[in-house]
Amino acid sequence: MPLRDVRGPSALGGGARRFFDLLWLMSVTEFKRVYFGTVLGYLWSLIRPLMLFGVLLFVFTQVFKIGSNQVDHYPVFLLLGIVLFTFFQEATSNSVTSVVTQEGVVRKTQFPRLVIPISTVLTGAFNLGLNLVVVFIFALAFGVDPVWSWLLFPVAAVILFALTAAVSMALSVLYVRFRDVAIIWVVVAQVLFYATPILYPVNFKEHHSTTYEHLLMINPLSVIFEQARIWILHEPNAPTIVHAAGGWTGLIPAFAIFVGACVFGVLIFNREAPKIAEQL
Amino acid sequence: MIPTHRVDSLKERVVRPFSAPDYRELRALDGVSFEVHQGEFFGIVGRNGSGKSTLLKLLASIYRTDSGTIRMAGRLAPFIELGVGFNQDLTARENIVLNGVMMGLSPREMRRRTGAIIEFAELEDFVDLKLKNYSSGMLVRLAFSVMMEADADVLLIDEVLAVGDASFQQKCADAFRQMKAQGKTIVLVTHEMATVEAYCHRAMLISEGRIQTIGDPGEVGRDYLRLNFEREGSGEAVLHEQADDVRIVGLALQDEHGAAISTIEHGTDIRLRLELEALRDLPGIDVGFLIANADRIDVLNFGIPVGEREGARSVRSGERVSIEARVENHLAGGRYFVHCGIYRAFEGGIALYQEDALDFLVFGGPETRGVFIPEVDIESSIGRGPA
Repeated sequence: MPLRDVRGPSALGGGARRFFDLLWLMSVTEFKRVYFGTVLGYLWSLIRPLMLFGVLLFVFTQVFKIGSNQVDHYPVFLLLGIVLFTFFQEATSNSVTSVVTQEGVVRKTQFPRLVIPISTVLTGAFNLGLNLVVVFIFALAFGVDPVWSWLLFPVAAVILFALTAAVSMALSVLYVRFRDVAIIWVVVAQVLFYATPILYPVNFKEHHSTTYEHLLMINPLSVIFEQARIWILHEPNAPTIVHAAGGWTGLIPAFAIFVGACVFGVLIFNREAPKIAEQL
Repeated sequence: MIPTHRVDSLKERVVRPFSAPDYRELRALDGVSFEVHQGEFFGIVGRNGSGKSTLLKLLASIYRTDSGTIRMAGRLAPFIELGVGFNQDLTARENIVLNGVMMGLSPREMRRRTGAIIEFAELEDFVDLKLKNYSSGMLVRLAFSVMMEADADVLLIDEVLAVGDASFQQKCADAFRQMKAQGKTIVLVTHEMATVEAYCHRAMLISEGRIQTIGDPGEVGRDYLRLNFEREGSGEAVLHEQADDVRIVGLALQDEHGAAISTIEHGTDIRLRLELEALRDLPGIDVGFLIANADRIDVLNFGIPVGEREGARSVRSGERVSIEARVENHLAGGRYFVHCGIYRAFEGGIALYQEDALDFLVFGGPETRGVFIPEVDIESSIGRGPA
């Protein structure tokens, strides 16, 4: 047998196959644990977004007439947004503490460290998949016609997954050093919820200034959510993302933030991964 | 490097942005170079905090070396602690697969081995029970079985041998012997010297991050015991009794070079040195020593009459008497107390009795239930009795 250097722990140390085997196994077991470990199982993960949906639907159709006036299928629009955002929020906030929660394993065994945050995100993605089934059933029930562009939806989902994974990677290792990250992230996620067109469409100020639209489109989540809305609801009067951003150049900030987040997430995780066990 | 003060919150960073964190350098390991050959059973021993666990974690790729290289051939299975990575909410079957995949085996391979693992652990009736319902003994058995079936070329094991009930321990011992026979390379970290001597081909003693001894397990074991006990007392007596007739100037336990010691290896002579001063003219004195064990059972008693000269006995005021005793050390391991008595030879009575003048520790030597280990000639013969 040939002698090989023992390089110590790293994000992907141990080989790609081991990474994917472990990732799959950990995500699936966690998913099963949540859904078969409780009496109501899957219902729990649906109840939260549905409650939020119910409250917001009432507020924005009965109290403020914002929703029903501007979007053809406001309930579907709202539910889609909530389900997508729930994935982002739950996956990232679960990831914050994931490495620290798995302390025992991290300090005592060797395995690709990246598995920890990514499996948390993947478990969230399984959830998202189930919730989306509800969204599509809902869409059909509300009279949204199925169109070919529904097939494009996975593109938006994959981009959202990538962004969520990158943010989760950064948060999970930053939390090891700075415990404030958990508190800060709760606030940031709350702000992001309102800074993303979930409750309101991006063109909420129809005949007025488009400054708000342009500002909103700096948020990469807005771009992803808006494109998902276009593909699924195919409303004739909804602006395209290019239009909402005020031309292709308007999309550059969102794209830059997206790429920046991905690069930052990968780099910082890679840098911190070998030291996690010592810092815990 | 370990920081003396960890900056754990952003506030501290913000409030004191320019104060560089204070670091106190602590080299957990320094200049530790060694080779373990294929098929070798290698033991690593050391006191708490000596750096042996750090070394194991470096070997297991849990920590990264700050400098230096580690090279290894073949697949490694680290067992820094039994049952790490077990998820309490999953069944034994699921945990076996998870544990195996963590070590780099494929899920399919682990599913194939599940039967054998469960059988070895004697947990056939509990395969689909969640681990949170397991007893600690069952957990340990499961973990040990996974380790045995991991089929790695190199195993790193940290203090796990004393697990389970007697019959399972026997099974583990057999499994170790089997692995040894199969030519697996095993690195074992332990406190148990008996284990090292029973299984290891070679061993290494680490002290304060450096290699103290490397080589023969027996020698490493003795050095380890020496290291453990050398920080005992000074070997000088604590004297509190006072008398009008005599004064004890000094009483000590010494090694062959005359230095005061407080631990003696079994088989090494016990050397006692006593110095007295007469406070008045005495017609003669007798000095006796009594050595008692920790249970306060008197084990040895010896003494000597002092002051014999020119046919008569006398010790004059101000004169000093030195007594040196050398006793063959047949004592079983444990703590002993030395009492010292000085008696008036002709006038009668005790001039001075110093209880617990010294205490010392005997280490090494064979395991015994007795208090004394004499040389024994023992034989057996077998024959037929008268018809």
